[in-house]
Amino acid sequence: MKELAFDAVVIGGGAAGMAAARELDAAGLSCAVVEREESLGGILLQCVHNGFGLIEFNEELSGPEFAERVEESLSGTKLAVFTGTTVMELDAHTETKSLFCYSARFGVLRLNARAVVLAMGCRERNRGNIRIPGDRPAGVYTAGLAQRLVNVEGYIPGKDTVIIGSGDIGLIMARRMSWVGCKVHAVVEILPYPSGLTRNVVQCLHDFNIPLYLSHLTTRIIGKERVEGVEITPIENGALVHEKAFTIACDTVLLSVGLVPENELSKSAGVEINPMTGGAQVDSMLMTTVPGLFACGNVLHVHDLVDYVVEEARRAGRNAALWLKGARPGSEVRVKAGPNVRYVAPGRVRIDADNKLYFRPLVVKNDALLEVRLDNRVIMSVKKNHIQPSEMQSIVLGPKELLAAQGMPDSVLEISLR
Amino acid sequence: MKTELTCITCPLGCSLSIEREADGSLTVSGNRCPRGIRYANEELLSPKRMVTATVRVLSGSGAGHDRLASELMHERLPVRTSAACPKELVPELLQELYKLTVNLPVRRGDALLSNWRGLGIDVLASRTLG
Repeated sequence: MKELAFDAVVIGGGAAGMAAARELDAAGLSCAVVEREESLGGILLQCVHNGFGLIEFNEELSGPEFAERVEESLSGTKLAVFTGTTVMELDAHTETKSLFCYSARFGVLRLNARAVVLAMGCRERNRGNIRIPGDRPAGVYTAGLAQRLVNVEGYIPGKDTVIIGSGDIGLIMARRMSWVGCKVHAVVEILPYPSGLTRNVVQCLHDFNIPLYLSHLTTRIIGKERVEGVEITPIENGALVHEKAFTIACDTVLLSVGLVPENELSKSAGVEINPMTGGAQVDSMLMTTVPGLFACGNVLHVHDLVDYVVEEARRAGRNAALWLKGARPGSEVRVKAGPNVRYVAPGRVRIDADNKLYFRPLVVKNDALLEVRLDNRVIMSVKKNHIQPSEMQSIVLGPKELLAAQGMPDSVLEISLR
Repeated sequence: MKTELTCITCPLGCSLSIEREADGSLTVSGNRCPRGIRYANEELLSPKRMVTATVRVLSGSGAGHDRLASELMHERLPVRTSAACPKELVPELLQELYKLTVNLPVRRGDALLSNWRGLGIDVLASRTLG
């Protein structure tokens, strides 16, 4: 078995992994990136639609373009990149962590490093996760799998499609399926509002006259060998109205019902998971509960913009470098999600420096008010024109706001919306 | 005749109500800012869309088992328009793109179609392949 040593190893070569690795290299440390696919870029490579990079590059790019731009920023670095290589085991019990990896090219590899950045991204929830009753025919795909089949591999999964869930990938796929000559008969959403962005509802559904059934549940998938239809039941006052159920004939069902951070490796390494995000519990340096293990991007919490992923990953990379050189966070305050906030990441802020916090609203509202409380005292309030769960929000808090917590060991910072 | 639209210029998503006047001009209501008026005019008078698609790729000389697994993964090349395309011409543009076959290697930004239909729209490779 080949054994190699680095200061740091980044697991995952998508937008997050590349951005984190670049910072580690820039800090003069030796760093490796391990990516299971044959090329760097991650999920961006199958997102051939437009709209990436407005914050990062000040232009609208497709996913592959964004990935290539980030990859180009790695030229001139001394990074060791292992593509086509899968991390099978992460042993973080000792100060030097070991990653046991497999690849067709390198065989079994053991990479040793004092710091590891987790950047494995997320995966889709599937039919089993949401338990749609009915038959079990062929033709049921997650939207992201269908996206890969159509955009990368060149297969069209079916002709007559119903999309379950109105997440952004589902909406984007409604347009893609229409553009490759399929008929999308409906998008079915259990909630009373769409899960995706308004601009995607308009450009991906309205443009093609695709009906969006809000407050409707898919109660049955029908079909012997192949999908033949889905049974849809409206929800009124929180209850299914079975008398009003109807069936839509189709041969394909795409599921866009949420994403889950891919944390199997992290859990096996002993990382504590935040049940609200499905990602690691991290401190103000984006370090997990296992010293020397950092997390960023969609494996930490599911982002809606890759620009935010890159920003967060840079911080994780920089912090991992600082940590390797002996820096520690110092005095921290615990962060709590208050009313109408689903979660806040990271879970701790430091008093002596600026902290960027990302948080996700639980409600749809115009003219909302963001309130930040330190030990129940309002220290900041910001007007928000519009909030909705599909749009992540951010705020920066620094020493000026947090100084009052100095010397208070049990201080709590609460982010709320009303 | 009244038309209803959702403005997508910003996340607020104003519900616009648009009335076409006798002189052909549009009266917009429901907008919370002037951008709603501009959006309604563009959308009703000359709607345009950025088009992204994939085109077929002919991998270089290596056929069959000489080809690497990585090459086999990329049967399609992602492309996009350099500017927004008139909405009514999008299906035609797509049909043209689906008939294309691109020889590798190709660099990001290479034009596969130039000044399509004299509209000043190019179709660009949005990934470097091969």
